[in-house]
Amino acid sequence: MSATTWGWLVLLFPLLGTLVTAFGFRRLPGRSAGWIGTAAILLAFVAAVGALIALQGHTPAHRELVSSLWDYAVTVGIDARVSILVDPLSVFMILTVTGVSTLIHLYSISYMDRDRGFARYFAYLNFFVFSMLLLVLASNFMLLIVGWAFVGAASYLLISFWYRRTTATRAGIKAFVINVIGDVGLVLGTYFIFKHTHTLEFLGTFKATRAGAFGFGTNEGDLVAGCVLLLVGAFAKSAQIPLHTWLPDAMEGPTPVSSLIHAATMVTAGVYLIARMHPLFERAPAAQDVGAVAGAATLLIAGTIGLAQSDIKRVIAYSTMSQIGYMIMGVSVGAYAAGLFHLMTHAFFKALLFMAAGSIIGAMAGEQSLDRMGGFRRALPFTFGCFLVGGLALSGVPPFSGFFSKDEVLLVTGELGGWHWALYVIGYIGAFLTAIYTFRMIFRAFLGAPVPEARELEGGHPHHAEVPTNPATGEAEDTDVGFPGPTHAIAERALPMRIAMGLLAVGAVGAGLVQIPKLDFVIDDFLRPTFADASHYEPHTRNGILVIGLTLGTLLGLAGIALAYRVWVARPGTAKRLREQVPVGRALYTLFVNKWYFDELNDALIVRPVAAAGRFARDKVEQLFVQDALIGGTTGLVRAGSAAVRAAQNGFVRYYAALLVLGVAGVGFYFLLQT
Amino acid sequence: MSIGWYLAVSAIVFSTGAVGVITRRNPLVVLLCLELMLNGGNLALIAFSRMWGNGDGQILALVVMTVAACEVCIGLGMIVAIHRRRLPVDVDELRELQG
Amino acid sequence: MSAVLFFIAAIGVITGAIGVVMLRNPFYCVLALVVHLVALAVLFLLLRAEFVAAVQVVVYAGAVMVLYVFVVAYVGGEGNGSAGQLGERLRGSGPVASGLRLGGTLAGGALLVELLIALLGTGLKAVSGYGAGYPVGLPEAQTFGTPAYIGNLLLTRFLLVFEIASFLLLVAAVGGVVLARRRRGLGPDEERDVITPLDLLRPRGTGTMSEGVGRPTP
Repeated sequence: MSATTWGWLVLLFPLLGTLVTAFGFRRLPGRSAGWIGTAAILLAFVAAVGALIALQGHTPAHRELVSSLWDYAVTVGIDARVSILVDPLSVFMILTVTGVSTLIHLYSISYMDRDRGFARYFAYLNFFVFSMLLLVLASNFMLLIVGWAFVGAASYLLISFWYRRTTATRAGIKAFVINVIGDVGLVLGTYFIFKHTHTLEFLGTFKATRAGAFGFGTNEGDLVAGCVLLLVGAFAKSAQIPLHTWLPDAMEGPTPVSSLIHAATMVTAGVYLIARMHPLFERAPAAQDVGAVAGAATLLIAGTIGLAQSDIKRVIAYSTMSQIGYMIMGVSVGAYAAGLFHLMTHAFFKALLFMAAGSIIGAMAGEQSLDRMGGFRRALPFTFGCFLVGGLALSGVPPFSGFFSKDEVLLVTGELGGWHWALYVIGYIGAFLTAIYTFRMIFRAFLGAPVPEARELEGGHPHHAEVPTNPATGEAEDTDVGFPGPTHAIAERALPMRIAMGLLAVGAVGAGLVQIPKLDFVIDDFLRPTFADASHYEPHTRNGILVIGLTLGTLLGLAGIALAYRVWVARPGTAKRLREQVPVGRALYTLFVNKWYFDELNDALIVRPVAAAGRFARDKVEQLFVQDALIGGTTGLVRAGSAAVRAAQNGFVRYYAALLVLGVAGVGFYFLLQT
Repeated sequence: MSIGWYLAVSAIVFSTGAVGVITRRNPLVVLLCLELMLNGGNLALIAFSRMWGNGDGQILALVVMTVAACEVCIGLGMIVAIHRRRLPVDVDELRELQG
Repeated sequence: MSAVLFFIAAIGVITGAIGVVMLRNPFYCVLALVVHLVALAVLFLLLRAEFVAAVQVVVYAGAVMVLYVFVVAYVGGEGNGSAGQLGERLRGSGPVASGLRLGGTLAGGALLVELLIALLGTGLKAVSGYGAGYPVGLPEAQTFGTPAYIGNLLLTRFLLVFEIASFLLLVAAVGGVVLARRRRGLGPDEERDVITPLDLLRPRGTGTMSEGVGRPTP
């Protein structure tokens, strides 16, 4: 079968999964909705592998295949088709997405086992995977925007999955509103680009760009505007500063959702976008600089916030934000293969970390705060092992995959020279911070004295909360529909969870082997046909900087682990002392714990004025102008007019007769005048 | 006398009847004035029939008389019914079909 | 000779008409109309419409007016004439009535003027003539206006008109009977069990609200 047929199959299976689960859930027995969902994504993964094999059957110059299903609106000035583009980049993305998604679906079967919204969950999750695949397989801007919007919608549905919790619904709304801002940027950016290229197809756009649609210089006005607006879309979806405030709140969703959407797939859509649009970005270095700076700023700020958070899922969320900062920085400076490689490895270890976090949250019966966790090492050995693997990968310790990918990004950044050295330095500072906060989390949760829940688990039965509470606000909640189920799953007791986590751990460890610098270039070679026209694609890292970079990365990772050990394990009161007694420490801690006050800034700058404008519009414009003047005025006029006319129907027969006679006289008079 | 005189008389009778219909309040009298108007028309018809020399006008006058008889029957029946229901027999009072 | 008769009859007609409009007592109005009708019959005779004149006297003045007399006797002339609270209303209650009085008279006067202008200023030469002439020897000379003549016309040219007029009389008769039916006071009409043909095809009460709310239908 041709690669594009495999491509359509990749899209078909999750769509079928959604439809079957959504419409048939009443008739599906037991927990089969979960198995159907998982099978759908597994089939999609198989189809993705098929697409890979079929694609590699072509010569490298002919690996960009477009297949159109039907013409949606091909008319004067516009060409919108329902078509997919199968090329190395999209195959790379669909493999990552379907691979990680299959494992997360498997994990969810156990995790959401007692939840009453089980079928709804899998319908939403399949819909999400379908949307993400649509996004990465789209071959024109229209389908990209459609996929983008669907992904945002799926994210909203899944974040507010436990919809009777006000915190969850509020988080869902926040995520969706910020996503919409990104959508607006995306659509406007498309317009600016379409204005010059007059085609919606990607390949056509790139061809037109090469042929001079934006001139032959760089930084043409419309192109920069378009690329910056595309970046706005990318930042909203990938949670970069300043549109990042939704990601920590999105942790209100179930943990597998956080693992899939907010670690491995949806937040990488921005990275994919920049990589896909690289011919445009290469002609607009100003936009590339914006992206690089935003990525660097995010990775630093998110790293510092991660140091101060106490909710385990939020620590991992900020770490995601930080790592995506690396990826954005990477693809903005031209390190496409490196950035995408980091995307793949990050998907593995971040999904693994979230799954493990779900396991320990289950052991704590829904409690998510690190302050209440401790000493789970003996009670949850498998989870501990997964955390270690994921944490080491995240910290960039060799031979784990994170080491190779992260350092590759930084290497290429350093190669560019000039002001990019600042990004290089920031990148390594970020790596240091990453190691610290990651292992702060691991040590606080697993080392030290076991908390009562851990002791219960060691004793053999998991802890159950008597009154289930909302982990964020502490309010009591019941376990009816719209809330989590009454029991929680832990990895040690659920085989599907262990299989999923195990496979991801293997990936986290071994994925780095495909792209060891100077040794093998699997990812580079695979992606080359897409990026053939990129300016810095060929890796020509000088040996000197290579060695320095690799050693520095390793050392910083290990140093971070050691520092975390010293502060949180060896000398337990150190953190508290730093926070409270060192003056700089107190100020910094306040800043980090309040997330650099971005939420408050948004609230003051945007939320309050818009709410005030809405109140004004409702009171003055709608009430006074529309209701009273326009509608009331019109009806009043009609009522008055009809009251005036109604006076002619007064019921007096004589009056009617008189009018008759008068009428006849009038008509007669008229005819008399005529003669 | 020439036909014109008869037509003049007919016009006078007709307009007198019209004034009576508008001015009187007793429905019985209103009906009577209605009869007046019909008779004025009849006179005109007969005059024209004489003028043209064929009997069409007379036939029509007969038919008009028939119709007048029917209408009187119904009208008086209604007045009797109104009187039976103790309603005031006054066209100004009977004005429920208003608004 | 015919002119003298014409003027006498014409004065009778107009006096009767004015009497109908102006007299207060409805009984007197009826009598005035009778006078008017008889004078009108004389005018008809002058116009060589013998049969119509006879019908006018016998049917119109004889039957219809007698009916009127009966009804006036039953309903009463207390309509506008008697005193009491109706007395004040005699003067025309409110602006509508007095306005009507004036306006009605004016409208009627305007109508009269126009009609006169129309009729007398007409271009039809025949109006100023004395009617169609009938040369001696023609059948119309003898038979115009006779019952035979009318009958012939009714049964040949105006047969449809004749039949429809009969039908109208039948309808009016039925209507009169229905209207004057005696009912038992002003109470609500008693429920009478009316059977319609459709009741034979479906149960009673089908499609009613009581069936809709589940109550057992009779």
